[in-house]
Amino acid sequence: MKKIAVFLLCAVLIFTFAGCSNSSNTQSQKEDKKVKVGFIYVGPIGDGGYTYAHDQGRLYLEKELGVETIYKESVKEDKAEVEKVVEDMIDQGATIIFGTSFGFQEGLLSSAKKHPDIKFLHCSGYETAENMGQYFGKIEQMRYLTGIVAGLKTKTNKIGYVAAFPIPEVIRGINAFTLGVKSVNKDATVKVVWTNTWYDPAKEKDAAIALIDDKCDVITQHQDTAGPQQAAESRGVFSIGYNSDMSKTAPKANMTSAVWNWGPYYVKTVKEIMDGTWKSGKYWGGIEDGVVDIAPLTQVAPENAKEAVEKAKEDIKSGKLVIFKGPIKDQTGALKVEDGKTMTDDEVWNMDYFIEGVEGSIPKK
Amino acid sequence: MVNQVRFVRRDKVDKYTNIKVKLISIVAAFFIMSLFLIMLKINPKDAFIGMIKGAFGSPLRIRQTTIKAVPLIITSLGILTAFKMKFWNIGGEGQILMGAFGASILALFYNGFNSTTLLLLMALSAAVFGGLYALISAVLKIYFKTNETIVTLMLNYIALKFITYLQYGPWKDKKALGFPKIANFPDKALLPNLLGVNVGWIIALILIILVYIFMNHTKKGYEIAIIGESINTARYAGINIKAVTILCVFLSGALCGITGFIQSSGVNGTLSVEIAGGVGYTAIIIAYLSNLKEPFILIVSVLFAALLQGSSYIETSLKIPNSAALILQSLILFCILSSEIFTTYRLKFKD
Repeated sequence: MKKIAVFLLCAVLIFTFAGCSNSSNTQSQKEDKKVKVGFIYVGPIGDGGYTYAHDQGRLYLEKELGVETIYKESVKEDKAEVEKVVEDMIDQGATIIFGTSFGFQEGLLSSAKKHPDIKFLHCSGYETAENMGQYFGKIEQMRYLTGIVAGLKTKTNKIGYVAAFPIPEVIRGINAFTLGVKSVNKDATVKVVWTNTWYDPAKEKDAAIALIDDKCDVITQHQDTAGPQQAAESRGVFSIGYNSDMSKTAPKANMTSAVWNWGPYYVKTVKEIMDGTWKSGKYWGGIEDGVVDIAPLTQVAPENAKEAVEKAKEDIKSGKLVIFKGPIKDQTGALKVEDGKTMTDDEVWNMDYFIEGVEGSIPKK
Repeated sequence: MVNQVRFVRRDKVDKYTNIKVKLISIVAAFFIMSLFLIMLKINPKDAFIGMIKGAFGSPLRIRQTTIKAVPLIITSLGILTAFKMKFWNIGGEGQILMGAFGASILALFYNGFNSTTLLLLMALSAAVFGGLYALISAVLKIYFKTNETIVTLMLNYIALKFITYLQYGPWKDKKALGFPKIANFPDKALLPNLLGVNVGWIIALILIILVYIFMNHTKKGYEIAIIGESINTARYAGINIKAVTILCVFLSGALCGITGFIQSSGVNGTLSVEIAGGVGYTAIIIAYLSNLKEPFILIVSVLFAALLQGSSYIETSLKIPNSAALILQSLILFCILSSEIFTTYRLKFKD
């Protein structure tokens, strides 16, 4: 008798579904011809960091261009999952799709081949196609600036860096930050721990606490949430945020943050696509485009930092200061970039070694 | 005045009560969900219609629902096989992963066959790996009287960590610039599509029939059922309990292993820690709700997949947070599962 009950239950559910789906047909016809832009996020929009920054960009895009946007949070960095989300978004009328995490690359690329009429834009990867472009910003410029703040603040001369994955994007940021630290404090070292996750507040926090226990008195991060900031706050040390201004999460610890400002880029790109002038390629904007910035220094930041940061910022803007310019030595002391030489974009993109002053290792490939 | 309420076991559960309780639980689920949605300032009607539209509203969505249903069906069949013998295999998740691992060894390193042969060998390897992995718990139970619920559960974590190790260590794709992923399968190791969905759905339908015939119309299937009913009866009837247990648990794990094969070869195109994605646990619920009947597994799995696909759809269409969509899913489950208590017990009011 139980089986009959289950059967009836199923029947009831099926009929309810069937009944409702008839009445819902009229609804879908209401969808008009507005351009629809889909955003695929790796974390929730409330992460207070990376995804939040992208979502602010999405809202800005909606406001500026009046296009319709849809988004999906917490999508796994898994090819099948990304392809599925893309299909769902196209099914819902999206013609432009932004994927905001490195691990979405494969799924986006294979979807791009399948849907030549849809435009794909992938953040922080390297693969392109006729209808798939790459975009990212020179956040390392801001890492350098925040490095100055950290270098001036540290007393123990040990700075902790909570890092996600050992991929070039993250390595580049660590190196730039270290160069910033070194520019004001030759004795300080930057200690790196890997979490192997973009989004895991608890794990990020634990990693920061381990660094603090190891006598680091300034914590920074390449993670999506403010977990490491909270760790610094609770242990009474100082911190530098990433992605969004994290000063509110850790008012007693946070000194500044390297932040993303995606809005203008999203508006520019979607506009180009709508006008038909868009071409696939790799966008890599810096401070001059406003896509990256440094959050205002808080009261806990060292006094002399503001001046130093402002000056360096101006120099970066004017091109006087180039972050990856020789001499640059790696951890073993071997000279990687000769004095006076500047690394090419490609070299910067594929950086796979730590520079002198970084403590930690990159897992072998 | 009513001042005390007690649970009293029902002497027998009649059809009418069962249906009544189930219906009430569904109504209750929708009621609680509505309250929750209103809290989120979303019209419940939009949400429910959206879920149905999202699951069945277009050929694409039906295909997506099918893709989600296939692993649920096959894994539930595996769970059912063991549960019929009252062998509580909670290890579907681990067996899926090990099955996928078995398929991946061939796909990645020993793929010098033509596509059909390779796929057949991969399926076989997946079944053997899944089956052997499940057998660990059976052997421990037979010879050391361990509790299979705990053992299978713990084996899930071992499998997960093992695949994580491969993904971050020896099997890491050198071409991925340090990003921890395993290399993609070559094209010939990918399951072909039929009607827009990988042929896994055909495999699932065939397996339902095969498992149905095996469990209900063969001697071994009958022996499994007898051991499940009463181990003493089985012993008295001269059934070789050890042998049947080993066969049954191996089959259970093999079916889960085949899910691993389909997910890696048909959906992901590679092995990853995400491959099982909770299917092994969901399958337990499905096997239970299906009352351990093969045909019902098909229906319940499809409804479950529709629930997953539908709530994923309203996430984007109504812009509700991912976590809220998960809460909606859990609310339905909670109500349906907890209603079970009212079919076996009734409330007695005392004054």
